[in-house]
Parts: sequence; structure tokens; C-alpha cells
Amino acid sequence: MPLEGEYMGRAVVINDLDTANQEFYSHCATGTLHLQHCTSCNLMRYPTTTACPWCAGAEYDWKPISGKGAVHSYTEVHHAIDPAFRQHVPYHILLVDLDEQLGQPTEHEALRINGNLVDANGEMAGEDLVNTVGIGTRVRIVFKDMGGGIALPLWTVDEEVEQPEIAWRYPD
Amino acid sequence: MSDIDATSDRHLRGRYAVVGIGETEYTRGSGMTTRALGTRAVRAAVEDAGLTSADIDGMLSYSGNDSIPSTVLAGDLGMRLNFYMDCQGGGSSTEALVGIAMGVIEAGLCNTVAIFRAMNGYSEFRIGGTGRSSGRSALSGDALFGRVYGQASAGQNFAHSFMRHMYDYGTTPEQVAHVKVIHSEHASNNPKAYYKNRVTVDDVLASRMICKPLHLLDCCVETDNANCIIVTSMERAKDLRHTPAKILSVVGRCSKPRMDNHYQHGPISTVAGHYARHILWPNAGVGPEDIQVTGSYDAFTFTTMLQLEDYGFCKKGEGGDYVSSGIMRLGNQRPNNTSGGHLCEGYTHGIAMVIENVRQLRHDIDDSCPIGPDGKRQHTYDYSEGGCRQVKDVELSANLGWATPNTGSALVMQRGA
Repeated sequence: MPLEGEYMGRAVVINDLDTANQEFYSHCATGTLHLQHCTSCNLMRYPTTTACPWCAGAEYDWKPISGKGAVHSYTEVHHAIDPAFRQHVPYHILLVDLDEQLGQPTEHEALRINGNLVDANGEMAGEDLVNTVGIGTRVRIVFKDMGGGIALPLWTVDEEVEQPEIAWRYPD
Repeated sequence: MSDIDATSDRHLRGRYAVVGIGETEYTRGSGMTTRALGTRAVRAAVEDAGLTSADIDGMLSYSGNDSIPSTVLAGDLGMRLNFYMDCQGGGSSTEALVGIAMGVIEAGLCNTVAIFRAMNGYSEFRIGGTGRSSGRSALSGDALFGRVYGQASAGQNFAHSFMRHMYDYGTTPEQVAHVKVIHSEHASNNPKAYYKNRVTVDDVLASRMICKPLHLLDCCVETDNANCIIVTSMERAKDLRHTPAKILSVVGRCSKPRMDNHYQHGPISTVAGHYARHILWPNAGVGPEDIQVTGSYDAFTFTTMLQLEDYGFCKKGEGGDYVSSGIMRLGNQRPNNTSGGHLCEGYTHGIAMVIENVRQLRHDIDDSCPIGPDGKRQHTYDYSEGGCRQVKDVELSANLGWATPNTGSALVMQRGA
């Protein structure tokens, strides 16, 4: 059975041959991020792949993840392409270094997870919030229910931890 | 560069050449199909080379489900092909296909190859999925990790690398804006350019924000047009109309690790040229310091800078200084994109930048300089607005093609004997 949901008014369909993504987004609906974990070399990976990017191992299981990290890079979109996003400009697309597996297996590698900046309820961040987030900002994962038993991982500012003194932002 | 082996004739160095070039007008609203555009460009290139349809027995093209295949054009132009291949792709395809053309000729599959790109990039299929042929189909597969987040256009996809470069190295918007400024100066001397007006750093920074760090004027123009180049052996090139642009070295779609999602493997402010340069320069037998004109792909101001840096034209992290130093300006040490490039001339996924450098190496740039009694343009080397854009006595060029931060191709050419 395909899993069918929607985000920002746009249909999301994960067909039944795409088992890894069906599992990834079904796990998201439970409220905890799970990543594919290679049972040969013990490394986790993102996004979903059909073999391990480091050892080409075929076998994997799913490992629950804290979903906490820091912004590695971002863009602030002022000109939306997708019509559904036009009412939300400026919006952020964040690239976040997860705390788990940071700098592994080599120095510059990390589990870098993409996602929009949202408020704690999973709604697109308003301009006030957008204007405070930059490289280094501590964030945590939240999920937006897409219906059909799947949810989408998104990022919100982690209020429970100390934020860096300066988050780097594009100069105004 | 000390590791360059300039003594041996490596990997077909100097054995092949670009011998023909063809373009259609750079427009918005071609009023014709990509088939008609492609036909005109290929025919123009064949004529430019001094060949006829009967001489072309190989064809290569690239597209993104937005154009026509070789079979159609070959039929339209009365060519019987011994080899053809149509591949998926945009930027970085041209140089890669030049390498394939050399390989298939060397292997005896054919003798002379036409490489073309035809696109209605403004009026029909726009990059990022807007325009006449866009749809809002359901998201699945890779789109679940990108497009679903409103990350659809090339700018939105590449911005993480651009922003991180500013963070890692202190690169400023003012520095990068010089790429557009200089290319606009070059375009003002190119009668074919879609945008011929010169702009300033302030103009770039005052243009509206698209997605940080890209202002409108940091982004290339979208146009309708077709381009073609003809590749054959140096042996055959000797009998043809123009001075050949001899191919010294090619890199084809060289990539960073984690091609499935390149941001997983940093530094994300480093691009494919970091790897490609180790193929390009040793095979060419020359280094970046020897190159007199560059064609560093300018889908965005940042792509020009990142590639020049990673191919070794300056130290890593000093790309901002390089592009704002004036070195890339006509009349200075190493002009870049003398046509005005994608930022100003028009957009055909890099092939027009190869055409420009072929013209440079022929010493026959199509600017507004007067044509002398011998029918050749009398270049003035006065680069003021509306003037010359021929680089004086140029012998060596480099094209740096960009697909994404992850993948690039490159081509070093030398003025043939």
C-alpha cells in the first residue's frame, strides 16, 4: 500500500516499493527520528539509501536518535518557487548537524538533516524567529503530521539548552 | 604546480580539437521549437567548420527532459550517424561530452562529432520547475528530503554551500558581487548578450533578495537558444576553415563523495574542482598560472568564485579576494567569461562558454571592432563600453563547468597551430 499524506497543500506519496522511505516517515509519525543503521560498520546515515555509503553493506536496522543539533548552514528564502510557500516568505531551510556521529567517520562528515525552521508546534516560523536563527543555533527536531501515518521532520529552536553567544547570519 | 607532468603526451593531449561552433540568438521567446533551434545551431556549427552534413557521423546532446534527441536533428539535417548518445544533465555536460567525443573517435566508432544543447529555458521549461511545462505532481523519493521543504530551485539547492563559504572564510556580498559587475562589463562588448547594461556592486546588492546569499543580480539569466560545437581529430582539423582550439585536457563530471546527498560530506564550502584539478592540470601539462582566459560557470556569482578557488587559481578561502581584485576583467591578467556568461549573455548550460573560448583562441571574437579588408576583425583591445572583447595574443583557456557543488567538469584548450 502506498503511504499518502500532504505537506503545505502538496501531496506526498511513498509507494510500496520504497520500503526504506515508508519506514523512515512512519517512524517520524511516532514522534522519534529513526535513522538507518548499518549492521556491518555500525554507522548511521541520512537520507535513506539502499546500501551503506561507507561499507556498501546491505543490512540495516533503525536506530532512534535524539534529534538535537546545531545549524551547519541555512538559506533564507525570499522568492518562493512552490506557490504553497509564498505566504510564508521569508522562510528558512536549515541544514543541521546532528549531535550523534558528528565528525565521523571523518572530520568533516556529519549527519546533516535538512528541514524548514518552524515554531514549537510545527508551524512555519514567523519573521521574528527567522531573524534570530543562523549558523550555530541549537535546534531540536519536531514533526508535522502529514496524515496517512507519516510525518515530516522539521526544526525548531531548542529552548532548553544554552544558545551560542552569536549565531552567524548573513549580514543585513 | 610541481606535480604536473608536462613532458609526456598524456591521455590524448593535443590530439583533438573543437573545430566548429554554432549559436542561435539569445532570446526570451524564441517562437520556435527546441527542434528548430537545435537544427539551426548544428547547421551553423557545421558551416562554421567548413564541413557539410555528410562529414558529421557522431552526435551527442544533453538535456533535462526539456529538449529533442540526436535522432531528430540528424534526420532533419540529412546526417547518417555512426554513433550518437543523448544524456541527462545540465551544467558540466559540455566538457564531459567533449571527453566522450574524443574517446569514441579514438576507439573508431566515428570521425567527427556534433555536440548540441537546445532549450527554451525561458519560454517553455524553466529551471526549478516553473513556466509553461511545470506541474505540481506528488512528492516522493529524493524530493522528500529537499523539495518538500520549499527547496526547489538551483539557488535554493546550492545556497548551503555559498552561505557556509561566507561563514568559513569571511567572504562578503560585496566581493562576490564583482563577478556580476565584471561579467556585465564584458557583456556590454558582446552584441549577442541578452543583458548588455553595465551594473555596479551597489546595483547587485540593491537588487531584491531571492534566497540568501543570492540577490536577483547574483543569479543568471534564463533564455531560449541553442548551441553546438564540433569535435574532431587534430589531423582532420588541419584542413578545416579555422585555427583549431586544441584540447589539452578534459575532466567529466568529477564529483565529491556522497553524491546521493553531498552535504553529508564536508567541508560543504569546497566543490568538485577540489578533486577535478588533480586530473585537469597534470593531463593538460599546464597549470592555472599558465591560463590566460577562464570560463568559470556563472549560474550564480558564487559558482564562478568557488570553482576558481578549488581549481587552484587562488588559495582556498581567497576566492572573494580573487574575484574582487579585478584580475578577471578584460585587459587584466586572466579575464573570466568574456561573453558576459550566464549572468548576462544567455543560458545554455555551459556550452556557450566553451564557444566563447574557442573564439578567443581563434583570435576572432565577434565584438563590434571594425572588419578589415581581409574580412577579419581588426581588434582594438580597447575594452571600454561597446568596444573590444578579444583577449590579446591568448594561447590557453580553461572552462570550468558546474552542475552542483558536488559535480563539475573542465576543459583546457590551446590555440592550435
